[in-house]
Amino acid sequence: MKKEYKIISELIEEKSRTLDVGCGNGDLMKYLFENKTKHIRGLEISKKSVQNCLSKGLPVIEGNAENDLKQFPNHSFDYVILSQTLQAFLNPEKVITELLRIGKKAIVTIPNFGHWKVRLELLIKGTMPVTENLPNEWYNTPNLHMCTIKDFFNFCEKRNIKVFKSFALNKEKISIINRSNLKFKNLISELGIFLIEN
Amino acid sequence: MNDLSKIKNIIVKNPLKLDCGKEISNFPLAYETYGKLNEKKDNAILVFHALSGDQYASGINPVTNKEGWWNCAIGPGKSLDTDKFFVICANVIGGCMGSYGPSTIDPNTNKSIGTNFPVITINDMVNAQYNLLDFFKIEKLFAVTGGSMGGMQVLQFISNFPNKVQVAVPIACTASHSAQNIALNELGRQAIMADTNWKNGLYGENENNPDKGLAIARMAAHITYLSKVGLQEKFGRKLQEKDKLKFSFDADFQIESYLRHQGSVFVDRFDANSYLYITRAMDYFDLTKQFDGNLSKAFEKSKTKFFVISFTSDWLYPTSENRDIVIALNAIGADVGFVEIESDKGHDSFLLDVPDFLNTLKNYMDSTYSHLNEKRI
Repeated sequence: MKKEYKIISELIEEKSRTLDVGCGNGDLMKYLFENKTKHIRGLEISKKSVQNCLSKGLPVIEGNAENDLKQFPNHSFDYVILSQTLQAFLNPEKVITELLRIGKKAIVTIPNFGHWKVRLELLIKGTMPVTENLPNEWYNTPNLHMCTIKDFFNFCEKRNIKVFKSFALNKEKISIINRSNLKFKNLISELGIFLIEN
Repeated sequence: MNDLSKIKNIIVKNPLKLDCGKEISNFPLAYETYGKLNEKKDNAILVFHALSGDQYASGINPVTNKEGWWNCAIGPGKSLDTDKFFVICANVIGGCMGSYGPSTIDPNTNKSIGTNFPVITINDMVNAQYNLLDFFKIEKLFAVTGGSMGGMQVLQFISNFPNKVQVAVPIACTASHSAQNIALNELGRQAIMADTNWKNGLYGENENNPDKGLAIARMAAHITYLSKVGLQEKFGRKLQEKDKLKFSFDADFQIESYLRHQGSVFVDRFDANSYLYITRAMDYFDLTKQFDGNLSKAFEKSKTKFFVISFTSDWLYPTSENRDIVIALNAIGADVGFVEIESDKGHDSFLLDVPDFLNTLKNYMDSTYSHLNEKRI
């Protein structure tokens, strides 16, 4: 998903203070560090991944986004990134609220549960979808709250969250999502990328 | 006692005003170094030792002929790689390995100073050690690090000298000594003071030192450095060189024998009064209070990168207290990394071969040094 990093990087201004929530092994952090900003920080729940990041010299804090975002002051970052992690939280709504509190802007990317392959799996097979992007079975998936691009769009509208920019990613192809093509993009896109602000 | 002739030291000429109000000057500060200072003088790491440590962090301690206390972490190719870094470690003032302390001989009386030595603090310790930067003509240290009381010195050092360090790695420590830790230190001090050989700390005139008291203090402290799981796994209820209980108060269990051994070897290398002074310095440590209850203020003038490390089974300086340091740093947008390392070896984890810890520390040091100081491609 290198393409995703590229889009995120283009959304971020040079030298801005950026926090990557759920930064994993720090691949996106490293990409941004090398291309965009040295002021990049990370939060990650897995000890192994945190050790991995720190081994590369990336400043990452071990912690759980659902509890540990509260230690960051209001607007202490220009951008807070949440890449393909939203669906794994117990309370995604609370996490989004926190992202928009500590960041002036937030970049959220979501694996799209509305993709036609996902829909087809459930429709034809009658089983929970297992696809390239969602490789787990229902009984061992870390994903608690799957949503579609349309769901996230509607959520932002309901909560009065401004969506500045939104992109759809399908097989490395990038396109812009707007109200008029939302239905279609929700059907054909694997990933949604949103730049949002309170 | 110790063969002090092998010890390197500097004589600190500048007067040092102590927190207790007294002033000291022309005092010895013993140190040791590992590796080479490069031409740019940008590869120096100042390592702070813990309560029972000394300047012999790596290799073989020439005084005790035992391995240095952080030999697993300092050396060629190790976490603090002496092929790359110049590692300096000093004996804290109040210590008993050549630095100015209660066992220093007062030239006027020809006797050790004993409890006439002033009560010192962590702040006093780091202010004394700062003189080493002048001595080696180091403008800025690459890093300061240390575990336990060494970690407290790291925090105090950054607070006192915000522009003198690129990277700070406090390990298994706290910004404010807890009631539990003060209580445990008091237990040790009372054991020493209850020893009739202690004689109000002026035992230097006598043949006998308060060895029993110091040994008990060490035994009690040693338990706090381990974890329940670690003890159970290592010793369980195993008996010491016997098949059944002896119905006596001899050391039936291996754990008893182990603790007695720890106590007895400690008194050969450590001074009881130093134990009193250094534990007192730890108890007095409250960096948060130094900044009116706002720990963030201790670091707000600094651009130093932090890497805070704790261990899962450390109940003496638990993760929560280490995390408080991280929270204070986050509140001011400092550059901070933090990880809690999985280990069942308790507080002592930082001194032991815990691969996740040693590898992460090494990689962090190596990659950060190259990010900051080596030309990037």
